[in-house]
Amino acid sequence: MVAFDLERPWTLAPQVALRRERFGALAYHFGTRRLTFLKTWTLVAVVDELSEHPSARAACLAAGVTDAELPAYERALAGLAEKGLIAESSSQ
Amino acid sequence: MSATAAPRLVEQLRAGLDAPICLTWELTYACNLACVHCLSSSGRRDPGELSTAECKRVVDELREMQVFYVNIGGGEPTVRRDFWELVDYATEHAVGVKFSTNGSRITPSVAARLAGSDYVDVQVSLDGATREINDAIRGVGSYDTALSALERLAEAGFAGAKVSVVVTRHNASQLDELKALADRYGGQLRLTRLRPSGRGADVWDELRPTAEQLRALHAWLLEHANDVLTGDSFFHLSAYGEALPGLNFCGAGRVVCLIDPVGDVYACPFAIHEAFLAGNVRDDGGFTTVWRESELFRRLRRPQDAGACSSCTQFDACGGGCMAAKFFTGLPPEAPDPECVLGRAEPLLAVRGIAELPRPATDHSRRSARARACDESPLADLQPRV
Repeated sequence: MVAFDLERPWTLAPQVALRRERFGALAYHFGTRRLTFLKTWTLVAVVDELSEHPSARAACLAAGVTDAELPAYERALAGLAEKGLIAESSSQ
Repeated sequence: MSATAAPRLVEQLRAGLDAPICLTWELTYACNLACVHCLSSSGRRDPGELSTAECKRVVDELREMQVFYVNIGGGEPTVRRDFWELVDYATEHAVGVKFSTNGSRITPSVAARLAGSDYVDVQVSLDGATREINDAIRGVGSYDTALSALERLAEAGFAGAKVSVVVTRHNASQLDELKALADRYGGQLRLTRLRPSGRGADVWDELRPTAEQLRALHAWLLEHANDVLTGDSFFHLSAYGEALPGLNFCGAGRVVCLIDPVGDVYACPFAIHEAFLAGNVRDDGGFTTVWRESELFRRLRRPQDAGACSSCTQFDACGGGCMAAKFFTGLPPEAPDPECVLGRAEPLLAVRGIAELPRPATDHSRRSARARACDESPLADLQPRV
């Protein structure tokens, strides 16, 4: 179980590939061999932004997530963290 | 989130993607076994099988299309001389490999090699928790061969090998034992549906699980939803009322397909017949053009006529079931699945003409091939070195 902290920097995990689709994106983890659907374009944009920002919160805001939507995206990112699709980055 | 909400996921998937999510690729029709239910009627190698260079070109296309992984099967794929070369080529090009094997070539050194790769997954086929039940389907010696492979993989430190079981009337009561067996080797149980495809058509009536067994299977799968894989194989059972995990729809030609050993592209691995043939990877434009432009796949991506099923209360749950299962049991596409849990296909099955059932496009069975010893090995390109 990975604890997700919105205030920490996160990034797409190294063994994960994203494929953009009309519905959002497919994410595949080559280590766990699990396929996950990112079902909104905003979530895809958030994941894209993650590595560019000092915190997941900042990445959400940069991708256009409003304060009201933030809790939903926090839950979505926590789900991705639990599946190992995103990882805390140490570089920032 | 309304401003950015994407179209409903399953609707998008039904309408097809620009590239498959994954696909099945049967590398050879050669096999040292002669399982009675073989989907691809394998046995003898086909002289027209794709060359190493042609296979690599397919991998290049899959990479370009961002297909995450391929399910490699056969036949027994490991008998191809270039098997490991192709596995390495795929994984080096970001195309993951899951391959199915009967285990006969999983030597200690092969197991060690597999344990060292994150991008290769192994499925060992086994159709019974006991020697007697497995060997009646897969041939004498095949149980010991499979268990020996699992043992070697576990010893080498390969975690999570799949134990891949086709559920039949004879092993449907062994699900707990099969799971215990997979657990014993640090593996994971994978259950799939018996399809009336290939040689499976000849034994489907006698091997398909009974209605009671299917109901029990549905309950068992719900109970083990988190640790047993099914490849979405049993979505027709969702019509019992509670949906099984997964997308629960037929992805044939929409999000999955099959490439056979000679490069023919079919809608799914259970549909090796001209009616489901979309093209060949050797055609101009290769696999990509077949996937994106074939008339068949375009048709499958349009809304389908659900016939009498469209008025059924469970239609949203099962979507009318498996196209290939209907086809090879002589039912029209708009009929219920032959294993319709509400029993709506039984009257149709009772009156169908067995003599007129469609036959697979190709049959590479060895003559008199039926559950015989696996030490008979007339493979054209079998390598003496193991």
